[in-house]
Amino acid sequence: MIKIKKIKIKINGKNKTIDNQSTLHELINDLKIPIKKIAIEYNREIVDKKKIKKIKLKNNDVIEIVHFIGGG
Amino acid sequence: MIKDNLVVSNKKFNSRLIVGTGKYKNMSECAKAIKLSGANIVTVAVRRVNILNKNKPLLMDYIDPKKITYLPNTAGCFTSEDALRTLRLAREIGGWKLVKLEVLGDKKNLFPDMIETLKSTEVLSKEGFRVMVYCNDDPLMAKRLENVGASAIMPLAAPIGSGLGILNKTNLMIIRNQTKLPLIIDAGLGQASDATIAMELGCDGVLVNTAIAKAKKPFDMALAFKNAVIAGRQSYLSGRIEKTLMGVPSSPTEGII
Repeated sequence: MIKIKKIKIKINGKNKTIDNQSTLHELINDLKIPIKKIAIEYNREIVDKKKIKKIKLKNNDVIEIVHFIGGG
Repeated sequence: MIKDNLVVSNKKFNSRLIVGTGKYKNMSECAKAIKLSGANIVTVAVRRVNILNKNKPLLMDYIDPKKITYLPNTAGCFTSEDALRTLRLAREIGGWKLVKLEVLGDKKNLFPDMIETLKSTEVLSKEGFRVMVYCNDDPLMAKRLENVGASAIMPLAAPIGSGLGILNKTNLMIIRNQTKLPLIIDAGLGQASDATIAMELGCDGVLVNTAIAKAKKPFDMALAFKNAVIAGRQSYLSGRIEKTLMGVPSSPTEGII
């Protein structure tokens, strides 16, 4: 059996362990976040949502996912 | 009456009342109050998605961004850098270019940091944003904001959430007379009559959140603000009478028996 290597990332300020070589797209899908209603920052850079399938996550990556909430 | 729209950056809106979506008990109360207010624009905040609780209701499920214009804000930002980051993210969510810039300088009085605000307005305008700017009621600063490309000048009436109403009519009138940009009173209103006064001063609109959301009856207050803005605008357009120190009789003085 091939053992899948794990990596640690930080998402919205929380640590998370995921499979190595996962894409940003897979992560968002796993979290069941509606892609149309969010914006993503990957290591402080805003990501084009059309390109998230191509982004492979690495150890110590920092991801921010934001949406709109009530505010004045 | 002739069609009298609020025009911001070439976009027309029927209502001159802009409402915030914060501080309501829940999303459905917020959505109903907005409907009653008749507002076409609502301010929204940009925050982290709650990745632990996926069942939390989403604003977009209650207020359809196709029917109501979302105006993303930078509430809670204290530096130009944070404000730019927030609005660039907001644009990425769904292509919003019309935004409300708000860079605060003090956690207690929530007054805007005008140096950071001015810097941010210039950068955002160059990046193609249409920036509606929360600012103090200083005519010189308002002019500077206009010079760096602001799409609307939005001075405070009083500190955010204070409910003190319009504290400096003179400054607002000076700003009104010097600019053709939309002038929208943002923050500090407490009751419907405050909105009427703002409109009678010649403002193009008002932005209200707390006064509606925290009223004992938010739905009734939403309606009151809607009517107050319409009344104030009509009053302004009707041209008020001159003020005189002495009494002027309303009935003819001739033919008195």
